[in-house]
Amino acid sequence: MTTDSSPRTLYQKIWDAHVVQQRDDGTALLYIDRHLVHEVTSPQAFDGLRAAGRKVRRPDLTLAVADHNIQTTARVDAAGQRLPVEDPQSAEQLAALVRNTTAFGVEYIEDLAAEQGIVHVVGPEQGFTLPGTTVVCGDSHTASHGALGALAFGIGTSEVEHVLASQTLLLKRSKSLEVRVDGPLGPGVTPKDVALAIVAKLTAAGGAGYVAEYTGSVFREMSIEGRLTVCNMSIEAGARAGLVAPDDTTFAYLKGKPRAPKRADWDKAVAWWRSLVTDPGATYDKVVTIDAATIVPLVTWGTSPDDVVPITGIVPDPAALTDPARRAAAEKSLAYMGLTAGQRMQDVSVDRIFIGSCTNSRIEDLRAAAAIAKGRHIAGNVKQALVVPGSGLVKRQAEAEGLDRIFIEAGFEWREPGCSMCLAMNPDKVPAGERCASTSNRNFVGRQGPGSRTHLLSPAMAAAAAVTGKLTDVREIA
Amino acid sequence: MRAIDTIEGKAYPLGRPNIDTDIIIPAHWLKTVTREGLGKGAFETIRAEPGNVFDDPAYAGAPILIAGDNYGCGSSREHAAWAMADMGIRAVIAPGFSDIHSGNAFKNGILTVVLPQEQVDRLLEVAKELPIAIDLESQTVTTPYQDRFRFEIDPFRKDCLLKGLDEIGITLQLDDAIAAHEAKAHRETPWVEGAARAA
Repeated sequence: MTTDSSPRTLYQKIWDAHVVQQRDDGTALLYIDRHLVHEVTSPQAFDGLRAAGRKVRRPDLTLAVADHNIQTTARVDAAGQRLPVEDPQSAEQLAALVRNTTAFGVEYIEDLAAEQGIVHVVGPEQGFTLPGTTVVCGDSHTASHGALGALAFGIGTSEVEHVLASQTLLLKRSKSLEVRVDGPLGPGVTPKDVALAIVAKLTAAGGAGYVAEYTGSVFREMSIEGRLTVCNMSIEAGARAGLVAPDDTTFAYLKGKPRAPKRADWDKAVAWWRSLVTDPGATYDKVVTIDAATIVPLVTWGTSPDDVVPITGIVPDPAALTDPARRAAAEKSLAYMGLTAGQRMQDVSVDRIFIGSCTNSRIEDLRAAAAIAKGRHIAGNVKQALVVPGSGLVKRQAEAEGLDRIFIEAGFEWREPGCSMCLAMNPDKVPAGERCASTSNRNFVGRQGPGSRTHLLSPAMAAAAAVTGKLTDVREIA
Repeated sequence: MRAIDTIEGKAYPLGRPNIDTDIIIPAHWLKTVTREGLGKGAFETIRAEPGNVFDDPAYAGAPILIAGDNYGCGSSREHAAWAMADMGIRAVIAPGFSDIHSGNAFKNGILTVVLPQEQVDRLLEVAKELPIAIDLESQTVTTPYQDRFRFEIDPFRKDCLLKGLDEIGITLQLDDAIAAHEAKAHRETPWVEGAARAA
């Protein structure tokens, strides 16, 4: 801990509490409290340990689950026999995770367990992610876990190996950024719209070099699910991580979770968590403010997550851009997306709907989508509408609330948990030239499949697009 | 990681500038589960050229690669270093390297030697006929013709390579400090480790 008593931010306090050794060159050896592992970025890391004859230092602080490659269609047949994973490379990555976690004594949530799900849904819902902890995972959307007041960020394979072996990382502290959103949110405006508004305001590179803290009345009043959505997309604004200060909402969410502190530990933990909030008078390196009243339901038009317009808006005209490089990029984007400048967003018809991903696959997301789907049916031109719960526990809860029936009666497919159509690493892909209204986080070229066209939006907006067959203002449906 | 003292042997006389990591290992090799075996895909596009140095039996199994300026530019993929290590390359000599690739090479125990273009050209000539030697302790590259070229290297990296320590090995030398932090966390925030496993 620093002995300096000057006011500190939440980020600074968590950082200070985890420095094992500070070096003269500005790097610090930082202790890692929680390491989440999945099948894509871990095999070479485990191999490295094996080659060097090393162990996992703290298997008790490490938790593994498969999500990227796993199929979201049935995993067992009628007789309860496991169905094979068709792609041999996916099957091999999944098998390697089972082999490696067994060999190194790391806890693995197996594919048929109710607790299986997307790693960034599983961590919080298990209470594995706690306020004031450092959380890493070999995946850029690890930023999600900041919703609970944890310092959470994605790392590469070499770093995964470094954490497995030493439970530490060598890092330089980032600059601090306050993103303050105050005021009431309008009708139809969800945490996803807040996230998209922030990415649009900062731009896709605007957060580079920063760790963001989300402050203001909007976040104080927002649920943990909503905070997870916003922190998840910190990475789309280029930030290393994003956090929301822990408060009573956080504690209520965590209390009773399987891995949350129990009994006497709980009270001690809450007292410590309360002490983490940013001190009055602490300063951030940069401050960005957004008036919540200006946020409306949003949708992306291009191939970068900051290509955001109001659903009532039009496709922007590249000719209006003065910077030739930006103009060329926008023209290329529109050509790829099959859109023309000036086209109304609400006239854009869609082929596929994807409700899911680490951004929007939690119970509140499914409730919001189901509220729109209820008593309606997907439009004739929609080829496929997927609903993919973020975990088996989310799926169970949704089924207990009857949401699965609402979706199925409306023509949606109700799937098994996983990353699914977010990133084209499993069978759920958007075919070339087709357009998808997606609750995921990236609309990059080819992200949902080679030649796929993605419009990012909220779960309610995705459901609205499903029932009308085109991008639609949810406020006109609800 | 294998310690480096002297690396002596044949050298692939490649000598081209701006070899990017996509040339070192093409993207379609990235969906693997091991670091091993990537050597098969290393320099795939160059190996498609008739008479290329990598398939020339004269250089089979060479531990040294001599390349042109800006070696390892482009994507940051660590697979490039893995692929080189897998094909047995332990050192690369070039007039310059991309920062990221040079870091990845170091992480994987590959020595990157920077020498002026004219000395690299001389080594390219010699390597076509005879073995060359790199001595890390004295920071020199020598040839059977009595050429002796001195190179600079970051003292920290030199020390790590001489001792065969990778970044993880170095961190693990700080075991006392890590254990001290764990003891403090155990006292001050006991619920952190206590709660990680489901009750």
